[in-house]
Amino acid sequence: MKDDNVIICRCSDVTLKDIRDLIDQGYNTFDEIKRITRIGMGACQGKTCTQLVLREIATRTGKPIESLKPQTSRPTAVGVKLGVIAKGDCDDEK
Amino acid sequence: MKNRADYVIIGGGVSGCSIAYNLAKNGAKNIVVIEKKYICGGSTGACGAGVRMQWGTEMNCKLSKFSIDYYENAAQALDYADGIEFKQKGYLLIAATNSEFDQFKKNVVVQKACGIPSRIVSKEEAKELAPHLNTDMIVGGAFCEKDGFLNPFKTTDAFYRAAKRLGVEFYPYTQVTGITVENGRIKGVDTTQGYIECPVVVNCAGGFSADIAKMAGVTIPVKRERHQILVTEPVTPVQPAMIMGFKLNIYIQQSLHGSFIMGRNNLNEATDGRVTSTWQFLDEMSKTVDTLLPLISKLRVIRQWAGLYAMTPNRQPIYDKAQEVEGMYLACGFSGHGFMFGPVTGVAMADMILGLTPTIDVAPLGLSQFSDKSTLVIEPAVV
Repeated sequence: MKDDNVIICRCSDVTLKDIRDLIDQGYNTFDEIKRITRIGMGACQGKTCTQLVLREIATRTGKPIESLKPQTSRPTAVGVKLGVIAKGDCDDEK
Repeated sequence: MKNRADYVIIGGGVSGCSIAYNLAKNGAKNIVVIEKKYICGGSTGACGAGVRMQWGTEMNCKLSKFSIDYYENAAQALDYADGIEFKQKGYLLIAATNSEFDQFKKNVVVQKACGIPSRIVSKEEAKELAPHLNTDMIVGGAFCEKDGFLNPFKTTDAFYRAAKRLGVEFYPYTQVTGITVENGRIKGVDTTQGYIECPVVVNCAGGFSADIAKMAGVTIPVKRERHQILVTEPVTPVQPAMIMGFKLNIYIQQSLHGSFIMGRNNLNEATDGRVTSTWQFLDEMSKTVDTLLPLISKLRVIRQWAGLYAMTPNRQPIYDKAQEVEGMYLACGFSGHGFMFGPVTGVAMADMILGLTPTIDVAPLGLSQFSDKSTLVIEPAVV
């Protein structure tokens, strides 16, 4: 399959080609790629794309994957409605 | 890393990249930018992305008008094919009390004198501009259709790439650890990647600019404070304008992408440079949204983050050179508005450093603006 047909980030619609092009231009940390492409900024907060991006960076730059940093983990752990937080309710809507 | 430069710029946010670009554009050579993290990794990258001309002080009005005029054509001027996503959908300022409304009226007079197309709006007009706004909580507002928002990452990247094409060297993931001064002059900069000899340092280190100044024995009245922000899931467009209230303590904007970005201040915010998130912010923010914009409270928060405001006593920036040491230039203390002023910062500082005829007069923004407290001009419009 061609690079530009492989979706790495479903939230922000970023392809493998987008990632590879940026790494080759010197944007070789997750945070830098995130700033340009919005990868990891969507609803899943990088739960799907992080490992895929780090693997690409490792492969293309030769750096060991364990030396690469994902984005900072921040609240909220899952999406919570503002109104639910404001009222101290339980978000039990299915 | 090179061991000699003519200009060392400390800070790779929009200010540093814009200054580097403007210096190089004016023919300066041997320019280096040192950034502790990555380009746009500090306050620019954490900002709310809005740009407005609705201020209460004449200088802030002039700086923002210059910058917004520039942003209108920045993608072409910087030859940035991706575009910087600039949308001018306006800022709707909302007044919660009559005294806040009176302040808006005074501000609009100052803005009009600077050629800014802002106007006072009634409660009813505010409702038309933002139908989901609970106007029971406001007495009136002000609106400027030329205010808007743009992508801070792409904007900084545009300055960065343009500067790089002109020969500027960038050293990301490099921290300044010391500044050498000899006989009252800057001699060089120590970094985690080595020493660079240089006669000129430009301090645009945002929340850390006072620490950088101190390394050269220079004291500046800049105090950092954390400001927090959050983003929701993306939805279809319902709110074109940024809505901002000072008494109500909120700014909220629907991004191009569809998510809502919102923030507020807190007088007890951390001042030690941390950019962590707190549940207290989430609690206060959600309560304000729930009463002011009930429709938005149906949206899910997906992330909180924070950045640093570098506050000055009057919430106006500092463009100057240090008195104590020759060769240290200051572009700092933006008080939460460094991204908005990015273009003018670059132009004004390059003119000052290279001794060119000033494109815009920023003399009132020197350190002397703070010397007499009784004549201090204080910006009233800050969240």
